[in-house]
Amino acid sequence: MQQIFNFVIKNKTFLLFLLLFSVSLALTIQSHSYHRSKFINSANGLTGGIYGTFNSIGKYFDLEEQNKILADENERLRAILYNSETLNDSVSKYSLYGNTKYKVTKAEVYKNSYSLTNNYLTINKGQKDSIRQDFGVITSKGIVGIVDNTSKNYATVLSILNNKSRINAKLKSTDHKGSLKWDGKSPYYVQLEDISTFAPLKIGDTIETGGESAIFPKGIGIGTIESYEKDIGGDTYTIQIELFNDMSNIGTVYILQNLERQEIKALENSTNE
Amino acid sequence: MNNVTVTHSIRFIALLLVQVVICNHINFLGYINPYIYIIFILLFPIRDSRLRLLFVSFLLGLLVDIFSDSGGVHAAASVSLAYIRPIILKSSFGMLYEHQSVKFNNTDIGNLVTYVILATVIHHIILFSLEIFNISSIILILKKTLFSSIFTIILCVLIIVLFSRNRK
Repeated sequence: MQQIFNFVIKNKTFLLFLLLFSVSLALTIQSHSYHRSKFINSANGLTGGIYGTFNSIGKYFDLEEQNKILADENERLRAILYNSETLNDSVSKYSLYGNTKYKVTKAEVYKNSYSLTNNYLTINKGQKDSIRQDFGVITSKGIVGIVDNTSKNYATVLSILNNKSRINAKLKSTDHKGSLKWDGKSPYYVQLEDISTFAPLKIGDTIETGGESAIFPKGIGIGTIESYEKDIGGDTYTIQIELFNDMSNIGTVYILQNLERQEIKALENSTNE
Repeated sequence: MNNVTVTHSIRFIALLLVQVVICNHINFLGYINPYIYIIFILLFPIRDSRLRLLFVSFLLGLLVDIFSDSGGVHAAASVSLAYIRPIILKSSFGMLYEHQSVKFNNTDIGNLVTYVILATVIHHIILFSLEIFNISSIILILKKTLFSSIFTIILCVLIIVLFSRNRK
């Protein structure tokens, strides 16, 4: 017994190092799996408050840019509004997100990272504004990510620039579907996998959300095809997509809450049983 | 003693804030960020207890992690740097460290730069290996380590030199 105590006292630095290092390693590994830790995230009062303070100073510097984005969005919405009779179904669905199944909340981005391999955004809406996990987040141009952790006033968003992100997407012209991933290289490009080789692909074609999950409605823009190549198996394409959004410059986002999500979930659960 | 504690507490908070508010968002050439918070670990009093250094480094790393949503990568890198700091000190300051007479305020600039370079490279290799966490992306890890290290080393040496008193 004496010897054990002596050993512990003699090696206390190393043992403490080992303990702290394994704690941080555990947190790291946990952050690489889908269900991440509930407390190591920036959706809390302290970090949100500090980011908010500095954001309120910094946001004046790109007011001009944000104005331009707003004007562009207004232009597009007005074009849809004035031409609404001549539109076909798919476009009007995009403008209205179906039959008002989605509640839209606007939020300001307090923190945005795009140079890591797992990127998250912090936004200034939380449980108080009835934001919950797995809500979709978009801008006027295209998708941004999915709400991950929430606190009372803040939420973190799993960006599409994240190795864990898997979003259902399809070609705009046809219904060929695949899953959207990111290889961690450039913040301007994402990859769409598992598109059948029967799909008619053309450089510059639009890719949009597929609407198979309850997170995003069908038809929200993602980007355009930059290049594509066959997989090793030869049955599917991997497509390089240039994003509509400039992920390095995001000021205001919209959070989409699917109002029929409970019903869809309940139905899916009862089908699985 | 009290004076030293206050100085280091202020340095802790200042470096943390500068790191998470400014340095994490520089993204020079798309992905190069300096990690200047390691200055705190580098300049921690040499004669203070190592256990305290380990604890404080862990706390500092964890706070940076919480701000940047990165799990525990900064905590792991900081704790490792804090643990092997004596070896780095010995190899860069040599006899001066043996005699317990290293003073960061008025040490030789060559020794100081060696110290910062060794510490930064070790910290960054651990940081980026854990962040990318994929051995097949070893090229990406080395690239990020190299470029971020250069940025960090330049900033750290500048900050240490500028903020130290009685340097000639």
